[in-house]
Amino acid sequence: MEPQIKGNAPAGVAQKYTLSDRLGSQAQRYGILIALVVLCIVLSIVSDNFLSSRNIINVLRQTSINGILAIGMTFVILTRGIDLSVGSVVALAGVVSASFATTSASGFIPGAPYMPLIPLVIGVLTGVAMGALSGIAVARYAVPAFVATLGMLSAARGLTLIYAGGRPIPALTDGYRWMGTGDIIGIPIPIILFALVFIVSHFVLTRTRFGRHIYAVGGNPHAAKVSGLSVNRIRFCVYLISGALAGIAGMVLAARTGSALPQAGVAYELDAIAAVVIGGTSLAGGVGRVSGTVIGALLIGVMNNGLDLLGVESYYQQVIKGGLIVAAVMLDRSRRTES
Amino acid sequence: MGQLLLEATGFQKAFNGVPALKDGRFSLKAGSVHALCGGNGAGKSTFLKILMGIHLRDAGVLKRNGKEVVFDDPSVALANGISIIEQELSPVPSMSVAENIYLGREPTGFLGCIDFKAMNAQAQELLDGFNFGIRADTLMMDLTVAQTQLVEIAKALSYNAEVIIMDEPTSALGEAEADQLFAAIETLKSHQKGVIYVSHRLSEIFTICDSYTVLRDGSFVEAGTLEDIDKDRLINLIVGRPLVEEFIKENRAQDHDVLRVTDLRADRNVRDVNFTLRKGEILALYGLMGSGRSEIFDRLFGLSDETAGNIMIEGKPIKIDDPKAAIAAGLAYVTEDRKGSGLVLSGDVRENLCLATVDKMSPSGMMNSRAEAAAASGMIDKLKIKTASDRLGVSNLSGGNQQKVVLGKWFLTDPTILLLDEPTRGVDVGAKREIYRVMSDFASKGGSIIMISSETDEVLGMADRVIVMRDGRVAGEVDRAEMSAEKLLHLAA
Ligand SMILES: Nc1ncnc2c1ncn2[C@@H]1O[C@H](COP(=O)(O)OP(=O)(O)OP(=O)(O)O)[C@@H](O)[C@H]1O
Ligand SMILES: [Mg+2]
Repeated sequence: MEPQIKGNAPAGVAQKYTLSDRLGSQAQRYGILIALVVLCIVLSIVSDNFLSSRNIINVLRQTSINGILAIGMTFVILTRGIDLSVGSVVALAGVVSASFATTSASGFIPGAPYMPLIPLVIGVLTGVAMGALSGIAVARYAVPAFVATLGMLSAARGLTLIYAGGRPIPALTDGYRWMGTGDIIGIPIPIILFALVFIVSHFVLTRTRFGRHIYAVGGNPHAAKVSGLSVNRIRFCVYLISGALAGIAGMVLAARTGSALPQAGVAYELDAIAAVVIGGTSLAGGVGRVSGTVIGALLIGVMNNGLDLLGVESYYQQVIKGGLIVAAVMLDRSRRTES
Repeated sequence: MGQLLLEATGFQKAFNGVPALKDGRFSLKAGSVHALCGGNGAGKSTFLKILMGIHLRDAGVLKRNGKEVVFDDPSVALANGISIIEQELSPVPSMSVAENIYLGREPTGFLGCIDFKAMNAQAQELLDGFNFGIRADTLMMDLTVAQTQLVEIAKALSYNAEVIIMDEPTSALGEAEADQLFAAIETLKSHQKGVIYVSHRLSEIFTICDSYTVLRDGSFVEAGTLEDIDKDRLINLIVGRPLVEEFIKENRAQDHDVLRVTDLRADRNVRDVNFTLRKGEILALYGLMGSGRSEIFDRLFGLSDETAGNIMIEGKPIKIDDPKAAIAAGLAYVTEDRKGSGLVLSGDVRENLCLATVDKMSPSGMMNSRAEAAAASGMIDKLKIKTASDRLGVSNLSGGNQQKVVLGKWFLTDPTILLLDEPTRGVDVGAKREIYRVMSDFASKGGSIIMISSETDEVLGMADRVIVMRDGRVAGEVDRAEMSAEKLLHLAA
């Protein structure tokens, strides 16, 4: 399939990208940050606990898994793609790596538990492998990203259940659990990982050639191709990145829980997409930032935490989160609608 | 002249079984500017895209410096010293000018970081070298169509390729900018590069090209040097029959004002615009690029934020603040940017033709597909739109035929006042004449036309009266009897 440039201006209406559109997106970028700050101020007034360092660390830790997934999702969405499979890949990477780190007698990997580095590498590779399959389908065989990763969502979940025999993998080594529960000078490891992923991703997207190429492929695939870029290789790579980060997130989750659950990560892709969208990245591709995504993820995290502190039932929390996503998109005036 | 840079023989290409190119032949020598001529849909762009590796050919042999080659991707063609300015502009709107120019070969420094400073400086130097007056750090989305075209030109030249393909590079440019391009082409020539040049403005071809190849209906017709041929004969080769005269003008302006504009303001600082338009008249707005012509159209059609000034239609003051009001008042607007605002690219020919008349054709809210099909096929015949069927995706049509679809869409609305911004942009000589005929008929039947054209010949050939714009103001008005190219240029500059 030839990459096509799409545009759908209404009849006779000059479609111009004006300055005000861009100011709009700037306003939204800061708008989300302002919303986050306001929310924090309100919560610190209504709840004494909110500003305690314990609670703040708690929020950050809870946000870190979604944040890592959302950063991977940002790479994909920037190229006009989507990765619906991350929730399932979280679970798969969790059980596969955990099977190398369990001390349980029911373990099926001979020689387990291994030193933490081995399960770690295996977890990342599991994610990369799943991302590679999605990436091949999208880039090589032109399967729409939505379909390819929807397939992976189902397949990876099935593989997880088969691999783990439908049961949790318990009794993980302390070394492995350190990824979820340890800390360095008081900062929990998940938060450090989240920060590292953010810094590296931000650097890659804003400073490197590969990053610029991701924006170009999303902004105008035809122009990218004619400029000599290997559009398909770039498309493939973003699914690898998303898969790798899902692998990391899966291990952090298993390490924190203390055992790898095959049902872990259900619907995590929705929160990740929500964070990306709230953070101002356009689903039409080519426009967005990981810093926005991080703020989006924090906003979701703070909101969940605040609603918990206030004792709002989780059912209501879902409704509020849904409203927030739609409101954020309504704000995004720079969005170019995709036909 | 120098050695053979490129030689193509027996090129064939079909899309879904419909042949677009049956026998493409071409050879390019170093130090020459070679015109590839042919009507709309003759297969020129298809041929060039094959050269560039954007399309794969079905058959044929391509030799580069005497060696047989296959370009299966643009990156391979680039590596072989070939670059292209595509007919359809293709910027990455959210990126800066510099990033667009150096896409795929960004200068990098420490840790593979892009050296943005060096990139901007390099791009600025390049642009200034051509006198394009564009800042390298502007975002592409903030440029006009003409500026976007200039950036694409700068980009193609910056590859320092041996062969530069230019597919209608001037269709979005005014004459002043085109002259800058021609100067650049002269330099390329003196550096022994080869240029493949496509344009429907034949005067350009006779100015800057030295040899020609004509394609018709996908097949090679003739090649030679331009010294040995005159304009009439070239037209004859392109169209396949002699054309008696270029313009058709049978309308006469009547003594009845249809539109009166007073103290109008528009975007980009256009002020104090006063003019009238008579029944049956073809009025031209003439001026250099950026003189405010299109802005006036935008304002008349309710596409501008500016609302100062009075518009009277048939003696009645009328407020136009959105296109709906404009259409209701009998206006129709063919914009200059057909990809951006003229066509729904994901739609087919029939849908696009009927787009502005959807309401009329569906009184009950249900689409009447028979009426739609009839209207569409009527327009396809009237304007001689070359398409395999009215259900073909409009993005598959050749550039000139897309332009005709936009025109047809607006003719179907049965307007009384037609605003035409570069109506024959990218249209071949034969089809231009069809468009002139439609314009003349429309005005003869009592319709009125305001047109913008960067081709002075077209203005002289078609207009009853010309309003010349300069820096957002009306600089003068010239009647048909007193019109001359010198006079228009003098007022505009
Ligand atoms: N992707 C495509 N799918 C189907 N048909 C196509 C496609 N591209 C081109 N065609 C058809 O091939 C023929 C040649 O088109 P091409 O664009 O090469 O013409 P052209 O000579 O460049 O015309 P113009 O002067 O109008 O630009 C046309 O009839 C066009 O409809
Ligand atoms: Mg063409």
